[in-house]
Amino acid sequence: MAKGRVSIVVERCKACGFCVEFCPTHVLALSSAFNSKGYHPPHVVHPEKCSGCDLCGMYCPDFAINGTKIPQATAQQAAGGEK
Amino acid sequence: MLNILDNRLDNRPDNTPDDTVNPVEQFLRSDRMPHIWCPGCGIGTTVNSFAHALIESKIDLQSLALVSGIGCTGRVAGYVKLDSFHTTHGRAIPFATGLKLANPKLNVVVYSGDGDLSAIGGNHLIHAARRNIDLKVICVNNLIYAMTGGQTAPTTPSHATTSTNPYGTFEPAFNLPHLVEAAGAVYVARWTTFHVRQLARSISEAFQKKGFSFIEVISPCPTLYQRRNKMGDGLDAMKYYKEKSKVKHGAPTSEVGLTLNGEIVVGKFVDRDRPDYQTMMRAQYVETLGERYLGDEVETECVCG
Repeated sequence: MAKGRVSIVVERCKACGFCVEFCPTHVLALSSAFNSKGYHPPHVVHPEKCSGCDLCGMYCPDFAINGTKIPQATAQQAAGGEK
Repeated sequence: MLNILDNRLDNRPDNTPDDTVNPVEQFLRSDRMPHIWCPGCGIGTTVNSFAHALIESKIDLQSLALVSGIGCTGRVAGYVKLDSFHTTHGRAIPFATGLKLANPKLNVVVYSGDGDLSAIGGNHLIHAARRNIDLKVICVNNLIYAMTGGQTAPTTPSHATTSTNPYGTFEPAFNLPHLVEAAGAVYVARWTTFHVRQLARSISEAFQKKGFSFIEVISPCPTLYQRRNKMGDGLDAMKYYKEKSKVKHGAPTSEVGLTLNGEIVVGKFVDRDRPDYQTMMRAQYVETLGERYLGDEVETECVCG
């Protein structure tokens, strides 16, 4: 069950790849899609692994991504019976 | 095609719209984004660490002023939503000194690059350190004059190729932590853009210190430094920092010079106490003038506080 989630502002991204490389749980990958400037922004490939540590947000030089922790009560509610 | 809204629904357990806001956003002039820094440039990363340091140290933003000089890093002043000043080339420290002397209650941060602080403003750097003026200096060192086209800077390591030294530089480079320690700084640290959390902690610590604090941040310049030296892009530079940097707190600063592709010694090198400029000034005038010295009274009446 995911402890955190990632928010991405696609249009700010310049595809430097810092977030993808340094995510401790390898949640992200560069997408094959383009943003309007022609860069490949990251997208979430393993949402369940995100710990919400916000290291992606600390590394992002373009202020385009950040991770937040999901309050545990909400997370359990959202996950429902799927785990 | 992707758009912001679609992507913001990503990774939501219940597919609710994303209402989270990046904690750094409150310190940014969002209308000026995206910024002009190149893909893979580390300056934005240092701004993240600075913003987190502001959050951690719970500093009053009304008492904070940020001063930048000219250059890529000089643009920080234009992108942060603080009282910020983008001064002339090399004169960030003199401007900040004036601010601090006129209003001693201000926390003054100088946020500039290696060319601006150590080359064009080199004298101001050593004299501010010598006088121990209460400034927090964050020097983003990308080892080159980036904005003007990749000329050799005083910080460029020997044998690196630059636009003014196409056959390699041969000058010895400045070792900035050693320079400012010798000049008298009370807090000296160096990190790279890979060490985001440590950098944020260092900046918070510098806010607690009274006196001249100097934090050097080694940052990638993929467009000019890395490309000309065939070192890959910003991500390759970050991997290099991860691999070759060594944390040595309290290391003698004479041994932390940078070499081309060599080890990068990082950590907190100097943390000492020395009376700062205004304390020394007050002590001197009280001693010589006695009751005739009105410094403290004038200060409390200052309307600019």
